[in-house]
Amino acid sequence: MMDESGSAFDAVEQGPETSEGGTTTPRAPAGDPSGHPSVAALQTRFGSAILHHEVQSGDQHVLFVDATRNREVLEWLRDDPEQRYDLLVDVTAVDYGDGKPLQVVYQLWSIGHKRALRLKCELPLDGLSIDSVVGLWETANWLEREVYDLFGIEFKDHPDLRRILMPQNYAEGHPLRKDFPLRGRFSRAEQTRRALSQDYHDDYTPEALEVGGAPGLAPPEPEHAADETEDTP
Amino acid sequence: MTEKIVELPEPGLRSEPMLLNLGPQHPATHGVLRLICELDGETVLKVTPDIGFLHSSFEKLGEYRTWNQIVPLTDRMDYLAPLMYNCVYVMAVEKLMGLEVTERCKVVRVLCMEMERIFSHLLWLGTTAIDVGAFTPFLYAFQERERIYKLHESFTGARITTSATRVGGMMSDFPDGWTDSLRDFVKTFPKTLDEIDSLLTTNGIHLGRTLDIGVISGEDAINCGFTGPNLRASGVDYDLRKDKPYYDYETYDFDVPIGENGDCYDRYLLRMEEMRQSLRILDQALERLPDGPINVADPRVSLPSKTDCMNDMESMIHHFKLITEGIMVPAGDCYFAIEGSKGELGMYLVSDGGEKPVRWRIRPPSFVNLSVIAKLAEGHLVSDLIMINASLDIVLGEIDR
Repeated sequence: MMDESGSAFDAVEQGPETSEGGTTTPRAPAGDPSGHPSVAALQTRFGSAILHHEVQSGDQHVLFVDATRNREVLEWLRDDPEQRYDLLVDVTAVDYGDGKPLQVVYQLWSIGHKRALRLKCELPLDGLSIDSVVGLWETANWLEREVYDLFGIEFKDHPDLRRILMPQNYAEGHPLRKDFPLRGRFSRAEQTRRALSQDYHDDYTPEALEVGGAPGLAPPEPEHAADETEDTP
Repeated sequence: MTEKIVELPEPGLRSEPMLLNLGPQHPATHGVLRLICELDGETVLKVTPDIGFLHSSFEKLGEYRTWNQIVPLTDRMDYLAPLMYNCVYVMAVEKLMGLEVTERCKVVRVLCMEMERIFSHLLWLGTTAIDVGAFTPFLYAFQERERIYKLHESFTGARITTSATRVGGMMSDFPDGWTDSLRDFVKTFPKTLDEIDSLLTTNGIHLGRTLDIGVISGEDAINCGFTGPNLRASGVDYDLRKDKPYYDYETYDFDVPIGENGDCYDRYLLRMEEMRQSLRILDQALERLPDGPINVADPRVSLPSKTDCMNDMESMIHHFKLITEGIMVPAGDCYFAIEGSKGELGMYLVSDGGEKPVRWRIRPPSFVNLSVIAKLAEGHLVSDLIMINASLDIVLGEIDR
């Protein structure tokens, strides 16, 4: 344990730097960058849509894909018999701050081939919109809603793009963005006032409110209208 | 809306769908989950889950904490299997740093994770049984859970908020006699499990409530993102402990049970069998638990000894820097997943080389599993909706995060 103490502090110094490119690890040598069978196949098939390839944490292959062609690439990855990435493990986003583009991250896993692949699409801050993949995987429904809720990325053709974790009437923005302050944008008093002034429209979807025309759940009528109805026998 | 209006046999009478609001304060929703149900009589036409009541923004909080300070946040997410969440988080950080923990630490974490699988499945078992009216299994299951609570307490000092892991090792090693208590649990727990088994597995009421309820095919289950026992109940053989082994799981002798029908009953049988398999793993891990240090001797994460700090300047500076700045994690990103008690539990970390993560993302198994409830419950009775919800084994702390 103490034998290493001579070189120990070198490692402290090296710590943060060595990881550039992800080949830092003192254990198993990093996988061959061309070692992943899907990468070459994707590059030959989609050419310019595959922007960049890197290997992270030793053996994790990351592909940067043209954000306008994400659906096409993902559909091919799901359906091609050589690839068969049938499980969409996760959809999330990363904000690096400083005006850098937001990344939408797809984690894929092929149950048959036991392979993982990570796809990233970069979206500039003034164009936060990308095709939804709910048509390919139903699991993307909630995952994309969460990304929309917390990052403000719009997913085109998503069937039900509403906030999911934050309240429907939340007006302070998208909390996981780097420009969002930890305590929120509004003052404590304003946040409390808003929390107390929620009504059922924030909780029920418009479709739910229509169900059976449930009494007492119709949108509130203006006060003078209510007076008129009381007058009529 | 008109197509949902049901014509009654008697002319002139019409019925309309009804809106039923279930939760958020309802014990059968297993947490602060709200289900907005559209009913035709007692048949569920549509379910809209409403979540977010427990939202604590852990992922945002994580961006303001150093790598080790995040550990306490992880066990507050899944308070039904806290040690498992502690473990997977530090395992992901270690993967990102390229850090190999000691052999003893590996086995200790395997012990923790398998113990938590039983711990979590027991809560699922008890509450699910009580949802279909069986009170006794609930008491039996919670009696056994209490023993694991005590193991938590003697190991970490806390019953639920364990926070037992650190990057590069554990908070501490097991206290004296702890493994004997665990061995005792492993030895005696199968008896209780058999008792619960005999109460439920061939029980006519339980069968009637679970057979052919909430059926999902393997293909649909994959498409919907099911993982863990829920996916395996539909006949898909996907277990990260076998398919992408970590911590030498390939060297443990255990089976992964696979279901056939993908209904609530298969999900029940599967979790019962998983507990037995976890006991097998625990047994083997207790046998092989090696001696040696529990924390890795890597200056990037571990503190120098007190004697060193008192005697040489470099060690003291090193200690000071680790304490005041926290550990530095190399730039890059890393997705690391384990087979959690509820499904694939992943951590996605993005670092810029600093002492705090740029992004800390939890791949939440319960969140994804719950999103399927609308599909599963459609056409079933309200009482079956309760069973389906229970059979998914969700924990709201992790869904809302």
